[in-house]
Amino acid sequence: MNASDDRRAAARPGTGGPDRSGRAGVPKIRLRGVRKAFGAKQVLDGVDLDVEAGHSMVILGGSGSGKSVTIKCILGLIEPDAGSIEIDGQDVLRLPRREREAIGDRIGMLFQNGALFDSLPVWENVCFKLLAQGRITRGQARDRAAEALAQVGLAASVGDLYPAELSGGMQKRVALARAVAAQPDIIFFDEPTTGLDPIMGAVIDGLIVDCVKRLGATAVSITHDMASARRIGDMAAMIHKGRISWTGPAASLGHSGNAVVDQFANGEREGPIQMELRR
Amino acid sequence: MGALILDPLAALGRAVLGACRVAGDVGLFALEAISHLLRPPFYWRLFWRAFVEVAWFSLPVVALTAIFTGMVLALQSYTGFARFNAQSAVASVVVISLTRELGPVLASLMVAGRIGAAFAAEIGTMRVTDQIDALTTLSTNPMKYLVAPRLLAATIALPLLVLVADILGVMGGWLIGTFKLGFVSAAYLKSTFDYLEADDVISGLVKAAVFGFIVALMGTWCGYNSRGGAQGVGGATTTAVVASSILILALDYVLTEIFFAQ
Ligand SMILES: Nc1ncnc2c1ncn2[C@@H]1O[C@H](COP(=O)(O)OP(=O)(O)OP(=O)(O)O)[C@@H](O)[C@H]1O
Ligand SMILES: [Mg+2]
Repeated sequence: MNASDDRRAAARPGTGGPDRSGRAGVPKIRLRGVRKAFGAKQVLDGVDLDVEAGHSMVILGGSGSGKSVTIKCILGLIEPDAGSIEIDGQDVLRLPRREREAIGDRIGMLFQNGALFDSLPVWENVCFKLLAQGRITRGQARDRAAEALAQVGLAASVGDLYPAELSGGMQKRVALARAVAAQPDIIFFDEPTTGLDPIMGAVIDGLIVDCVKRLGATAVSITHDMASARRIGDMAAMIHKGRISWTGPAASLGHSGNAVVDQFANGEREGPIQMELRR
Repeated sequence: MGALILDPLAALGRAVLGACRVAGDVGLFALEAISHLLRPPFYWRLFWRAFVEVAWFSLPVVALTAIFTGMVLALQSYTGFARFNAQSAVASVVVISLTRELGPVLASLMVAGRIGAAFAAEIGTMRVTDQIDALTTLSTNPMKYLVAPRLLAATIALPLLVLVADILGVMGGWLIGTFKLGFVSAAYLKSTFDYLEADDVISGLVKAAVFGFIVALMGTWCGYNSRGGAQGVGGATTTAVVASSILILALDYVLTEIFFAQ
């Protein structure tokens, strides 16, 4: 079966949705002074970050540097200790719950470990958000899931399997299909290619670029893989010691002139980043 | 010197404060879950799945427990009452102890082992694999989706289970009474129902509903708040079973006191 043909056939025109552009001059996502500590450990120590509407931002950083925590703060899954998080110019931390949920309805998230619901078959996983919002009926969901699965290069028959019956790469692709099925405005990808073989990694990167282009969405991705970062990102940001220490075009990774970023991008042992091997 | 005396006091204080905090947490959790029951949407599919899990699949365990309890009860009370020639009271003692006390308590304890553990393990696994966070990002409130249907299902299922347990327990007593202790079948049944009052059964069913709520509450709460991988989930499961068992026995006293006062 030819996955890209399927994808083209399934990609419907005009999936833009309401007002994808956001207000002029206001970044889609803006973080200011976001701080978060777990116990005595200060994980985020004043994160400032702007993501422009329609851009694809890649966040880099060592393991345990707080990349996932940053994203979870934006999603409202973790309450930061201080700072502000604005989406479309609205400070989500100070919004009433209902409005915050309304913003959440337009956000998609691919979790680092997939986080598929293992009590539900794949098709129900993929269409979960559409079903939850009452946008489709259960009868329509199977067809819709088959469509979404085709976009990530999976056969419709996968829809009847349970997540535990899938390989790691298939789970990643199902999770990707689930994250974009409701055509979100903003999408977060937490290490979409970690643990996949290089070819599957490139395929997933391609799918992400595809999805983001097709939806006209704003994307924030976390990755450790420089090739992948250059493929999916327009912009890149480096998180180091609880702050964003550098932001710049993703294409310049490796020769950015910033010692921290270049050490990280080129995987050098000597440099400003000292890996804490023991704590 | 002072430190030696104060240390145990400080530890006691910490323990009491900790217990209060946990009780407050659980209370707020329960209130939030109940508030979700009162607001749409309600997940009927999940309610039904939990209900079948609690009511139907607990049936064999509860049935066996009830039958054997009824049989033992008949034997023991016969032994006791024979000492002052009151054997004729065996049937009513069996039915009253079953409906008021042993049916609800034993069925709930069995269900605590099965359902409390299952709820804690399921929800705990969902917590540590980010599935609960995923629910939130998929426009679904996890309290409404995971907790509320299970609480309602257990609260409704347990009285039904206990009703079955009451009937089977009486049957167990009747088996021993007629085939071993030499009672006439019809006379045994007559004295079973002669002294039985509606209140005996109803108070037992009310207890069962409360215990069902407690079992589901502890199971879901422990699972919902579990941390740290497989070990955390294991810990949550153990805590759920132990805590709900103790709460069942403690609340049993409190409820009995309340019914007794009336
Ligand atoms: N819920 C939590 N409770 C306590 N500590 C946490 C929690 N979540 C994250 N941390 C801590 O915060 C730090 C950053 O975690 P995070 O998951 O953001 O790392 P990361 O940058 O995504 O790393 P990786 O690339 O390995 O995924 C870690 O040291 C972790 O121990
Ligand atoms: Mg991470």
